[in-house]
Amino acid sequence: MRTTLLFIPGNHPAMLQNADVFGADGIILDLEDAVAATEKDAARALVGEYLKSWKLDTPELLVRVNGLPSGWFEADLEAIACDRLSAIVYPKAGVEELYEVDRILSEVETRHHLNHPIGIIPIIESAQGVVETDDISYLPRLKGMLLGGEDLSADMEISRTREGAELAYPRARLSFACKAAGIDAIDTPFADVNDAEGLLADARTARSLGFTGKAVIHPNQITTIQQAFCPDPKEIFWARRVIAAAADAAKKHQGAFSLDGKMIDKPVIKRAEGILLRAGITDRATADEPK
Amino acid sequence: MNRNSLGREIPDGFYPYDGSEPAQARRPIAMKATPKAPIFLHTISDVFDALDVKDGMTFSFHHHLREGDKVLNLVMAQAAVYGLKDLTIAPSSIFPCHQPLVPLLDSGVVTGIVTNYMNGPVADAVTAGKLQKPAVMDTHGGRARAIESGDLPIDVAFLAVPRVDAFGNGTGRFGKSACGSLGYLDPDLHYAKKVVFVTDERVDELIKPDLDGRYVDYVVTIDSIGDRAGIVSGTTRITKEPVGLKIARDAAAVIDGVGLLKAGFSMQTGAGGTSLAVVADIRKLMIERGIRARFASGGITAQYVEMLEAGLVGALKDVQDFDLDAVESLSRNPKHEAITASQYGNPRYRPAPLVDDLDFVVLGATEIDLDFNVNVTTDSEGKIIGGSGGHADTAHGAKVCVVVTNLVKARLPIIMEKVTTVTTPGSDIDVLVTERGIAVHPRRTDLFDRLRGSGLHILPIRELMDLAHAITGIPVRPTQTGRIVALIRYRDGSIIDVVRTKRP
Repeated sequence: MRTTLLFIPGNHPAMLQNADVFGADGIILDLEDAVAATEKDAARALVGEYLKSWKLDTPELLVRVNGLPSGWFEADLEAIACDRLSAIVYPKAGVEELYEVDRILSEVETRHHLNHPIGIIPIIESAQGVVETDDISYLPRLKGMLLGGEDLSADMEISRTREGAELAYPRARLSFACKAAGIDAIDTPFADVNDAEGLLADARTARSLGFTGKAVIHPNQITTIQQAFCPDPKEIFWARRVIAAAADAAKKHQGAFSLDGKMIDKPVIKRAEGILLRAGITDRATADEPK
Repeated sequence: MNRNSLGREIPDGFYPYDGSEPAQARRPIAMKATPKAPIFLHTISDVFDALDVKDGMTFSFHHHLREGDKVLNLVMAQAAVYGLKDLTIAPSSIFPCHQPLVPLLDSGVVTGIVTNYMNGPVADAVTAGKLQKPAVMDTHGGRARAIESGDLPIDVAFLAVPRVDAFGNGTGRFGKSACGSLGYLDPDLHYAKKVVFVTDERVDELIKPDLDGRYVDYVVTIDSIGDRAGIVSGTTRITKEPVGLKIARDAAAVIDGVGLLKAGFSMQTGAGGTSLAVVADIRKLMIERGIRARFASGGITAQYVEMLEAGLVGALKDVQDFDLDAVESLSRNPKHEAITASQYGNPRYRPAPLVDDLDFVVLGATEIDLDFNVNVTTDSEGKIIGGSGGHADTAHGAKVCVVVTNLVKARLPIIMEKVTTVTTPGSDIDVLVTERGIAVHPRRTDLFDRLRGSGLHILPIRELMDLAHAITGIPVRPTQTGRIVALIRYRDGSIIDVVRTKRP
């Protein structure tokens, strides 16, 4: 589950120290845009050391590396390659480049004797990337795709808005491609860290379009995003009832049945199962109706 | 040397701490009322001429103007001009603005300090051993007890009062230097041998004075008693810092989880950014559930004023004001009541001090140890950086005392085997909330049972310390082996710990 992936600047020791306390599902240690060119070396060393020597349990650890064209990609990989690294987050992704990234990763894994492959979460943040989304989604190593709204808007020469209508098409395209490939669809971060209301609406929109999670640029955004992505108590109550009624119907060999006057069939049951899964509920007994 | 019940070495001749419950019994001495009307003077120098001041006397002050106070420096500068020596000063707190005191320590004008809190150059000088006698550090309630019981006899109380009338009555609610409640000067007013009001605003008559002129010997009017903007010397904004917000969220969840948020509850919190965030979270829960608190107490901020005005809190019990919104509210809202230091926290106050009526208090910690003892007096190198203030008073009185702190600050773990200095005994601390987990005092099985199943990450305090050590390593702590520079006096008058210089 990657509902919240928190970006942490790779050159900020105090932030690294507390990165794991906020309840994010994953932490993206950033070596790219958050780090000035003059700080790249220091950040690379710090992030590498963090991955290799941090003694406490952490959520999934990812690193946003600098892309191949920057000339820093291979040095980044050398510093961070270890079994604790779950995946790299690769910026301004395109199909051709990701094949090359895959090849280099294989070499690094061999050289460092890693026990598991390093995954890739490409950031789709150019018009070309959006067009190539379907092809990218089936590349090896992919754990998900992340929409990068800011760079994409710059590439498209359009403005970002609070409501995000300008991202409707790439969002839809990316979420469908990810669903089809069975990988996570991660929505672009919401830039205004002081606008909790706007963030909630934005995250709800992403959820309604089929995204499984959202990138986070400030720890204070995490609970709001969790709130948007976690089903509300009424949904959970409904899902529990559907599952219970479905179990009864199965005993009676009924394919479809009625609940509160509405027809319940396989797709509805599947949706109910999805709601309980997202809520992290394994106990499917019917609970009291929420007030 | 004796050892008190916490195992701390206490010099001979002092009453060692032996638990927070049995307060040392001592009847109050008689209050003193001045038989005649106060005498009005024009300068501090006039007051010194009028008073029979001598070497070795004790002068007291209050700290309601906090970092904006000018009176202490003015009076002590006059004492130096007068050639006085071997004075003890007893201000309720000392701030960085009192830096001019430092040379007076060197020159022997001041050889003793009794206070509840000190921070800045004077605290540094005391730590360095520049004060001839050990400083005595009280709690806010303990200072009132000490004065009223005769443990701290005061020869002259020099009290900054923002507005004084022709009868010597005074108030802090109004005047160009209005700083609100004057709760901490109440014992000085009633028990000092001589009382001097230092004001910068005279009026004919105060309709509802807070301070009774019958206890006042002299009134001196000067240009300025201080800068009231200086009362906003602490953090008065809700933190935006994510770790602080997480700690606050969890602290509010603890308070809710143990069942304290019910109609008619009472609370106190500090004025730090995290404490303010706890209040903000509690406020949200109160609004959601339609709960109203009976009262909030302590140092009052704009946040509590807003809650009073929104009807979320029935009354504010105000012993000091931390911002100008609070001062303004005290001057106009009858539900915003000023209380005295004794009413607030004196363990001998009868029927009971207000702290005993608190459902919960949220406090900070510079260090906390495996026995839950808290240090807010020194840093880990033994340098004096604060003091109890109301910490030990409220921790003892409140039904539940929640300490909020980062587990690691400035690369140092906050939990340790033994705190450098004990300010508040661990027996009075119930819950510790950090960003990496929550520890409940083993004595509070009731709280532990209530929090079970809450989803909060609760673990033994030793495991929390181990988590901190996994980040920082195990620090080597310096030991203080030198002479005693401060005695930490618990609220009942016993000595709970001492502060020493680093080397003999």
